[in-house]
Amino acid sequence: MNNLPYPILSTIIFLPVIGVLVLLIISRSQETLLKWVALIFAVATFLLSLPLFINFDKSTFKMQFVERHDWIPAWNIKYYLGVDGISVFLVLLTTLSTVLCVLISWHAIKIKVKEFYIAILLTCGAIAGVFCSLDFILFYIFWEAMLIPMYLIIGVWGGPNRIYATIKFILYTLVGSVLLLVGIIFLYLYGGTSDILELMERTYPYTMQLWLFWAFFAAFAIKVPMFPVHTWLPDAHTEAPTAGSVILAAILIKMGAYGFLRFSLPFFPEATKSMVPAMLTLSVIAIIYAGLVCLAQKDLKRLIAYSSVSHMGFITMGIFALNSQGIEGGILQMINHGVVTGALFMCVGIIYDRTHSRQIADHQGLSIPMPVFAAFAMVFTLAAIGLPGTNGFIGEFLTILGGFTANKLVGVLAATGVIIGAGYMLWLYQRLFFMRIHEKVVGLPDMDLREIVTLTPLLILVFWIGVYPVPFLDFMHPSVQHLLERVNVAGGMQEMNIARTLMEVIR
Amino acid sequence: MNLQFPDLTPVMPELFMTALALILLCTELLVKKKGILAALSILGVVVVAYTLIGSSGTTFGGMFVSDGYSTFFKVIFFVNAILSVLISIKYIAIERVNFGEYYSLILISTLGMMIMASAADLIVLYLGLELMALSTYVLAGFIRYDIKSNEAALKYFLLGAFSSAFLLYGISMIYGLTGTTDIKSIALYISEKGLTENPALSLSMILFAVAFGFKIAAVPFHMWAPDAYEGAPTSITAFMSVGPKAAGFAVLGRVFMIAFASIKLEWVAVFIPLSILSMAVGNIVAIAQTNIKRMLAYSSIAHAGYALLGIIAANNEGLASMMSYLMIYAFMNIGAFAVVIMLRSEDFKGDSISDYEGLSRAHPLLAALMLIFMFSLTGIPPTAGFMAKLYVFMSAINAGYTWLVVVAVVFAVISAYFYLRIIMYMYMREPKVEVSLSTSPSLGLALGVTTVAVLAIGVFPLYLVELARAAISGF
Repeated sequence: MNNLPYPILSTIIFLPVIGVLVLLIISRSQETLLKWVALIFAVATFLLSLPLFINFDKSTFKMQFVERHDWIPAWNIKYYLGVDGISVFLVLLTTLSTVLCVLISWHAIKIKVKEFYIAILLTCGAIAGVFCSLDFILFYIFWEAMLIPMYLIIGVWGGPNRIYATIKFILYTLVGSVLLLVGIIFLYLYGGTSDILELMERTYPYTMQLWLFWAFFAAFAIKVPMFPVHTWLPDAHTEAPTAGSVILAAILIKMGAYGFLRFSLPFFPEATKSMVPAMLTLSVIAIIYAGLVCLAQKDLKRLIAYSSVSHMGFITMGIFALNSQGIEGGILQMINHGVVTGALFMCVGIIYDRTHSRQIADHQGLSIPMPVFAAFAMVFTLAAIGLPGTNGFIGEFLTILGGFTANKLVGVLAATGVIIGAGYMLWLYQRLFFMRIHEKVVGLPDMDLREIVTLTPLLILVFWIGVYPVPFLDFMHPSVQHLLERVNVAGGMQEMNIARTLMEVIR
Repeated sequence: MNLQFPDLTPVMPELFMTALALILLCTELLVKKKGILAALSILGVVVVAYTLIGSSGTTFGGMFVSDGYSTFFKVIFFVNAILSVLISIKYIAIERVNFGEYYSLILISTLGMMIMASAADLIVLYLGLELMALSTYVLAGFIRYDIKSNEAALKYFLLGAFSSAFLLYGISMIYGLTGTTDIKSIALYISEKGLTENPALSLSMILFAVAFGFKIAAVPFHMWAPDAYEGAPTSITAFMSVGPKAAGFAVLGRVFMIAFASIKLEWVAVFIPLSILSMAVGNIVAIAQTNIKRMLAYSSIAHAGYALLGIIAANNEGLASMMSYLMIYAFMNIGAFAVVIMLRSEDFKGDSISDYEGLSRAHPLLAALMLIFMFSLTGIPPTAGFMAKLYVFMSAINAGYTWLVVVAVVFAVISAYFYLRIIMYMYMREPKVEVSLSTSPSLGLALGVTTVAVLAIGVFPLYLVELARAAISGF
């Protein structure tokens, strides 16, 4: 239970909304004030979310910091929040990303400044709500509400092709979401409650599980995004402003993977088990195919976007390996990917602010005018490759281990993905920083203090998780164990039932 | 002969409404400032709404009933009337049709809707329907010098008359079959005499469905809607996209749920294709529109399809969801029309979708409000439109129509394209023409009320849900 003097999860979700209300009453001509107010609210939310890390009880799988109130009693729908070892880091990552997004946009956003910070705060509040909700309808409301500001972030402040990208993003996401809605309503009516924990305790008939698995899969797979529904992501990433890309990479696409862990696995264990081969195949295709596509990219952001698809392939592989290494690796890799890819997009943003070009060929020899930046980028590049000592190594290693345990071929193929990853990332680094200096980058200013402050927390996380991941994994053990028990016990029940039916038939 | 004076308590609101409309007609001759008439009509409607309290009961030998169901719909009609008057005041002055009859006609049309909602007898139902329809025809053609407005009125009138004929045909057929026009007695007669297999019953049911289909603008009886909506004065478009539709649903619910209760499966089979077609045609054709009033007309057709899901569920929960849907639709749709009206100024038509380009630059507040209404019409939380859809989907799935809901949500995604296109024009394009707004306090009030309602119901839907459930409990 929550022993803090304030309802921490509600604060994380709604403090940004209060920030929005404050922003609304500030005149739009006072841009500096608007930025500072947004920053103050983002930092306050982050600081107030830290007790999640400090006060978290690592010995239990039960939901913590729970808040539960009646919301729509006529439908038996509650305002029900809580976090466990699966979601706690995602919430923290969300609050951290909010701060970084505000900081990274300081000079980059020049039009409609007021609306921009409103949209950023709303998106982050809603995404935090997704990770905290323990009521299905509440979950869905946050899940969808996030679309409104995100649609604007990409569409208003994005690149030249932003309108195409944002419409593609919203239509793809909506198709998945509405099927999820049908699934949720079905479950709700079947169980008579929308309480996620209560619904999780039940067993559902196998055919129903299969149908619902695919309904949920539609939403989560598009969000992750899994092959072959990943095509919205490169467009959205490429056209979004830096902060939009960071939100997309760091937290938004984690909603999909989180959905698999929180819903698909424990709700539909038998369906999940029977779908494991398909899921692993799609994951491996994503890892290798997206990696190869990266090699052919000329646009910086597009390359990192495709690398995201490849990395998310590792995560879904880990999740559907259905063993503790795979799932813990998957969760850890969700954090890692958020940190590293978020940081890489910020690096691209730093370059873009200076040259207003995203072409790799325009930026050769960057290490000469920007040595500090080159050092930062080096660390994040190596972390993206998964070099031992960085966080990427731990996550990738665990997921591949999980994949290997589940199916040897999957493990082997995924490992080749790591090699491809090293290929495109190192090649990218070489083309950006080492070759003959391009005339466009001569005399560019190096990173300023604001940019260093923005990237430093991510740098610390890269090494912290990379060198000493145990405290992070400790958070997850009980929850992951419980999840696996749920998946396996239910499976065992199924086998027992079959055996019993067989016996009766024989008799 | 024993003549007994009928109990007038249940018809009190209707009597007050009649008196109000007549008083307005007379005052019109005396006052110069038409704003007073608008204020008077709003005040009057509030008084009439007050008389709803304690008006429950049956009168005129069971022909007229005032129950929770009718009361809920009457509240929708009052909301519709008040908001329509609020958005009209400045607008009809701009259109140079600032005549006092305008407000009386709105009230008389509302009176017709009230009678429809309370009709326990098919003759009363027909009376109310004609009263509503005739006054709306006049209102649609209120801009006399505008050829499009004339066209709207004429089309609306011709097709409306056509649907009335269907209704009369259906009524006469059921009268021939059962010997009564009382809705409850019809049901009783059918079940007592075992008429459920009778083809004449099915035929009359289909005739009713056609007639009501016209009123709610369900495909394939929607042909009048786009032209009538486009040509009519914008305030009247708002009025008739909510009021007559809600009234149509009110009688639809009562007649089909009670009189035709015994052939539920048959009429559900009629409404399922109507609902799917409405959602399909409404949402797909809306994509191709360049005029925002036409676009909202097609959107209104699509919304009729969603509300029909509540009817298809064919139980009390379904009716409650349909009623909540219409209440929410009233707020979000009139809100959207209020924005459309604000763009209309003396020398600027402002009803083309391209007029919205770059609106957020010059008028950020108005653009933000339109954004809320568009997301609400799409059905994205935390707006009321989501709760409306959630409720009808829940009742339809509960009644076993999961596949139908899957179809409905797919069309909801398609609808996102054209609603969000408005937002895209407002926020992501540069302004081409300078738009000056014609603001007025009353329009601001209407926008404020609708916005607050859309957001409040979106976050706290419980009061509306409980209200709808309580209204339906005695049905």
